[in-house]
Amino acid sequence: MAGVSGAARLKPVTGVSVPVEVAPEVDEQVHGQVDIEPQRPWITIVWNDPINLMSYVTYVFMTYFKYPREKAEQLMRDVHYEGRAVVSAGSREEMERDVAAMHSFGLWATLQKDD
Amino acid sequence: MSYGFQRTATGRIVLRVDQVERGLLASVARQVIDLVKPEEHAADPDPLAAQIGWVDGEVGPSDDPAVARLLPDAYSDAADASEFRRFTEHDLRQTKVQHATTVLAEVERSGDKITVGSADSWLGTLNDARIAIGTRIQIAEDNHEELASLPEDDPRAGLFHVYDWLTFLQESLVRCLNPSLYGFSDNDIPVIDD
Repeated sequence: MAGVSGAARLKPVTGVSVPVEVAPEVDEQVHGQVDIEPQRPWITIVWNDPINLMSYVTYVFMTYFKYPREKAEQLMRDVHYEGRAVVSAGSREEMERDVAAMHSFGLWATLQKDD
Repeated sequence: MSYGFQRTATGRIVLRVDQVERGLLASVARQVIDLVKPEEHAADPDPLAAQIGWVDGEVGPSDDPAVARLLPDAYSDAADASEFRRFTEHDLRQTKVQHATTVLAEVERSGDKITVGSADSWLGTLNDARIAIGTRIQIAEDNHEELASLPEDDPRAGLFHVYDWLTFLQESLVRCLNPSLYGFSDNDIPVIDD
């Protein structure tokens, strides 16, 4: 399959929303340092398996993540043809919630730090 | 062979089954319950921990490949995976048991026409059953034909037929729930009389 992988599209854009660009003096005065941590450092990955149906995986991405059909189908194809796709990004707690939800739907998912 | 799940003119989702199929669905739901129901920790000294299912010490994936696939690790790191499992596996087991219990109840109170009350429960249980059977018969992306042509005396032959039927049912249910995934609009999906 050609096209941009889910992992590439969903990666957080680091360095854009660093507070220093908005109010560097305030930030530095209060905290003494600039917070350069990316805001969405954890990702949920869904892995391919030979059992889950392509339509069902798409259905899960649409109903749980509220993704539009085109995006859900692209992620499903990434899972199927590339073996995995990053389906969400956020805090560790959010990703643990997403992974637990994927497991309840029977999808094979893990979370990890995005590096 | 039935038509699978169908939409009715009033928007319900129904499945017409014969006696054999109805018994098979009930059996499948019971087996999912037996496979994933929470393990009892009778000797747990902390009653609250026992009730919410938190487990002391290291917990890894099941030795049973089917259960391990139904309750997979959330992290590649074993320590992180174990910690996550300690606090969440009980809930995951309960969710799956609840789905299968709902399906069983809907099958048992129906005759030859099952009306879907909880589509989520049906999807979950059909999928869990397919995962359990598919893991047992070691289904892969490219061995469907091989499994389909097994001699009838091979123990995997019967399991594959059930797997194949559950796959057909799940496809038909997803189609009812989201016709656009099968190229239908909401208006032109086939419907049957109530």
